Amino acid sequence: MACAASTDPAPGQFDLDAPWQLAAQVSLRPEAFGALLYHFGTRQLSFLKSPVLLAVVSSLGTQPSARAACAAAGVPAGDTAQYARALATLAASRMICQREGP
Amino acid sequence: MTATPLPLVEQFQYGLQAPICLTWELTYACNLSCVHCLSSSGRRDPGELTTAECLAVIDELQRMQVFYVNIGGGEPTVRPDFWALLEYATGHDVGVKFSTNGVKITPEIARRLAGHDYVDVQISLDGATAEVNDAVRGLGSYDVALRAMRNLADAGFAGFKISVVMTRHNVGQLDEFKAIADGFGAQLRITRLRPSGRGAAVWDELHPTAAQQRELYYWLSAHGTDVLTGDSFFHLNGYGTALPGLNLCGAGRVVCLIDPVGDVYACPFAIHPSFLAGNVRGPGGFAAVWRHSELFRDLRRPQSGGACESCSAFGTCRGGCMAAKFFTGLPLDGPDPECVKGHGERALAAAAPAPRPAPDHTHRAARTRTAERRPVPLTLSAHPPVPSRPPVTACNANPLAGFVPPGHSGAAS
Repeated sequence: MACAASTDPAPGQFDLDAPWQLAAQVSLRPEAFGALLYHFGTRQLSFLKSPVLLAVVSSLGTQPSARAACAAAGVPAGDTAQYARALATLAASRMICQREGP
Repeated sequence: MTATPLPLVEQFQYGLQAPICLTWELTYACNLSCVHCLSSSGRRDPGELTTAECLAVIDELQRMQVFYVNIGGGEPTVRPDFWALLEYATGHDVGVKFSTNGVKITPEIARRLAGHDYVDVQISLDGATAEVNDAVRGLGSYDVALRAMRNLADAGFAGFKISVVMTRHNVGQLDEFKAIADGFGAQLRITRLRPSGRGAAVWDELHPTAAQQRELYYWLSAHGTDVLTGDSFFHLNGYGTALPGLNLCGAGRVVCLIDPVGDVYACPFAIHPSFLAGNVRGPGGFAAVWRHSELFRDLRRPQSGGACESCSAFGTCRGGCMAAKFFTGLPLDGPDPECVKGHGERALAAAAPAPRPAPDHTHRAARTRTAERRPVPLTLSAHPPVPSRPPVTACNANPLAGFVPPGHSGAAS
């Protein structure tokens, strides 16, 4: 599915309540430290630096919002802002994108 | 409270499920005979992987989620099945970046490549002028490379790579290389000359001087991530702040090489039996080599930096390049031969004889030319002890091999 949002959000301004997904051209490989992400279009490599962040990103496409994905991965509500920053960075590099509908 | 995770660079030292940066040299055949060829390419090896074996390797890379491979050679495009392998890989989630001297990049091929999302092309160029380039890569090679670049640019292939190996004769052309890349809408990639393959024979005369290394470091610092380096200059970090990149020797940890006959080496610059981890034709294929080979397990253990560990630059230079040390006869736990603190030069003066790069697929005519320019090495030694009788080898076909008639214990002369 193509990304619904075509404009790159500025890092730090991340819509936690929107539905997100891994971009179609991105491949994700779990590793001991978290995961490697590769975008076949931009040819950029990126890293998920913890298994919890991997769990969040993996479930983005099936959760109604990024906030829900964080909760489902067991992120305490107080830590959500920190994960939002990581997700904002991934959105800025087009690794994840907003999807239409919840 | 959770434990602080190790920095990524520390994590990578202990290895990954699959390489991030896998180089796959498809053939030793090449139309050129570059004097610094890291794989001593020229003639095709009769044992090179067949098309079916290459397809099986691609299937395995897809299963291991190796996102992309850097295909090289030799000149990979001279393999008749090259374009079919490229289509197969990109159709199976394995992106391809291939290195070429440009000989097959016609306008038609350039148009096909430009339409491909998962393909990147890297044209080799070692001089910003024909004079400097052709002295290293061969007469006419500059024109061939420039024609390929023009074809790619005309076809609308944006951001292809121009790959330059830094030598004493082209450091002064850095701005000109950048201008060539900008002119074609391409991206410049600068890498380090290693004393690997045929490079061993010319390294002394071609590697940049200390003053040029300094110039290169500041040029790279000024250009940041605009210019790619394949992470090959971390030995220069001792000059100041670290250059962009992982700044780590990835050999066997994040990097490896599959050579044309399927041998797996720790890195593309370490084609030598000492760094041979296994073969993709063995049981368990490439994955077994990557995950279980003894050599790779050793490389993933904490390494000793030896005397370098007490140096203020060790945190970012990490002792430099394993292959550069090995092929100049330096110990692997000592300084890089191009150490910016000057320790390499001193170590080289006392270095052991350098191991000969092997295997060698140099064109016979080119080999003769190289041999003519090289001094003949002489070894002086005491006479070896005379064996009591000729050694019996496994190939001795004489039915009386090893037989000593009774009463004949002395040596035959």
